[in-house]
Amino acid sequence: MVNKNDSARTRNNQLKGHEPTLLVEMLRRMMLIRAFDSQLPILSTQGLIRGSSHACIGQEATAVGACFALQPSDYVTSTHRGHGHTIAKGGNVRFMMAELLGRADGCCRGKGGSMHIADFSIGMLGANGIVGGGIGIATGAALSSAIRGSKQVALCFFGEGAINQGILLECGNMAALWKLPMVLLCENNQFSMSTRPDDVTSIQDLPRRASGLGIPGLKVDGTDVLAVFNAVSDAVERARNGGGPFFIEAVCYRFEGHFLADDLKYRSKDELAAWHLKDPIPNWRDRLVKSGILTEQDAIRIARETEDAVNHAVEFAKQSPLPNPATAWEDLYA
Amino acid sequence: MPDERLITYSAALNEALREEMARDSTVFLLGEEIGVWGGGGGVFGVTRGLAKEFGRERVRDTPISEEGIVAVAIGAAATGMRPVVELMYGDFLPLAMEPLVNQAAKLRYMFGGQARVPMVLRSNVGAGGGKAAQHSQSLETWIMHVPGLKLAMPSTPYDAKGLLKTAIRDDNPVVFLEHKLLYFTKEVVPTEDYTIPLGVASIRRPGKDITVVAMQAMLHKALAVATKLAEEGIELEVIDPRTLVPLDIDTIVESVRRTNRLVICHEAVERAGWAGEIAMQVIERAFDFLDAPIVRVCGKNVPMPYSASLENVVIPTEEDLISAIRQLIATWC
Repeated sequence: MVNKNDSARTRNNQLKGHEPTLLVEMLRRMMLIRAFDSQLPILSTQGLIRGSSHACIGQEATAVGACFALQPSDYVTSTHRGHGHTIAKGGNVRFMMAELLGRADGCCRGKGGSMHIADFSIGMLGANGIVGGGIGIATGAALSSAIRGSKQVALCFFGEGAINQGILLECGNMAALWKLPMVLLCENNQFSMSTRPDDVTSIQDLPRRASGLGIPGLKVDGTDVLAVFNAVSDAVERARNGGGPFFIEAVCYRFEGHFLADDLKYRSKDELAAWHLKDPIPNWRDRLVKSGILTEQDAIRIARETEDAVNHAVEFAKQSPLPNPATAWEDLYA
Repeated sequence: MPDERLITYSAALNEALREEMARDSTVFLLGEEIGVWGGGGGVFGVTRGLAKEFGRERVRDTPISEEGIVAVAIGAAATGMRPVVELMYGDFLPLAMEPLVNQAAKLRYMFGGQARVPMVLRSNVGAGGGKAAQHSQSLETWIMHVPGLKLAMPSTPYDAKGLLKTAIRDDNPVVFLEHKLLYFTKEVVPTEDYTIPLGVASIRRPGKDITVVAMQAMLHKALAVATKLAEEGIELEVIDPRTLVPLDIDTIVESVRRTNRLVICHEAVERAGWAGEIAMQVIERAFDFLDAPIVRVCGKNVPMPYSASLENVVIPTEEDLISAIRQLIATWC
């Protein structure tokens, strides 16, 4: 049984000992996510994105640290803030961007949009418009894996706002009871929409909720990609080997609003500035440069490459046709 | 006959589960009290003996967590399994509406065809046993309203087995609502493998005067009424849709074109019930053939009361059906 105190010690929190290409790829992927979500206000202003889009800027380390601890065949379920999780799991930004623009080449053929982004080919079982909606699906995927003996792990992202949904108790209990191969990754980005954990949740040490279900857990710095990677790697290894579910609270901060139109009147500039000092991307880049794993030039090049990739994705999406109206009647039943 | 025997609706469902579990290793059962209760499974005996035969991994007793059970089944279905969930009473469906309506019904569509959710949610409807307001409801119309779900409601043991086997093999979420009063009714059911397609109504009794659409307990009342009225020379054509999604409206419309009169009878409360939907579809397709207003004989718009004297006035009776038909004839024939 991994407990709160010894989990982090089982992994190397230093850069040394980790594959340098993996550490650099973590940076690249975080930059790709930020470049992707940085397009949202532009595309929205241009009238190319409809409805609600939720940016995960500031939370990239949680998505990348967690997904890099998984195998390609492992499952992920996401929240309504799911672009980062999908990119981190290996999603193709061209098809994702086409989906945000509601185009025929979108990964969901223009039927899902931002809130229902999904890519089953990489085990990404969908973002979800219902808070906590992915918890049951991930538990079912973990049960399926256990019955089939496939050794796949299901990682469920959910926000701290979902901690009070009943489904967490119901499915957490089943996952613990049946020792399902599952990781419950609670991204505590400090806000439901405007309400903070201490406005709506009776305890602030969220792993204690899981503890009541018989699921061990810990809190991790969700702005530190390596810390998240290490914690999730332990949890995944434990789950894959029959140890059952594990709960991780990744503490981070939502730099942008809940969605694009959020006026952010509920928080101060000073608070945001303080969290910007913990911005996962520049901090990780500096750490890699200081340690000699990456040169400044390489860091600039990677940033440019990720921006180019997103720009190409936007162009691809704009070129993609709108779905044929007749396809509104497709995909309802198999 | 060696290949047919008289068995109950409950036993027919049990056979369907057993045969499909033997046929396909991805089929497994989830539900409350399905493994041990009552000497081997299920409050209505539908899963009896299956845990012993297939093990408690495949016949899994769950905690009392309806939302969670259905959600877990959806996740398992989307990743290669064919779960069959039992919710002990249909009144517990509201607890599971989030995963059923927002997830099961929509995953395939909103993900552009990437997902497949081959699951069956078995539960039941029906009053008549004094189980009162929270164990007697017929909530099938709630399900019928949601695109992406299928809905089967067997009326006989033969149909129960054939429809359940089809539902399990279907690649979509199928809500399968049984009727509490029918679990211990008997019929001759073949031992060999057979299936009944979803979306094919059954004309249970042909007749030329009035079409009556009914299912489950109300179907059996309609058939009894048809026998009685036949003695007076009134010939009812009794149609059992068998599944409400997909709905075999063609068979109903074709019948109305011959009889020119339609009565729809269901136990669910009348207001916004499926009788209204069928009536509207018939109006749209066969208005010119109707010689009388379409008549609904349905449950009253109140919760199900406990006492028999109260329950009897809320659920349509044979007398209610007869009197509605007599009035229809008196006014319009």
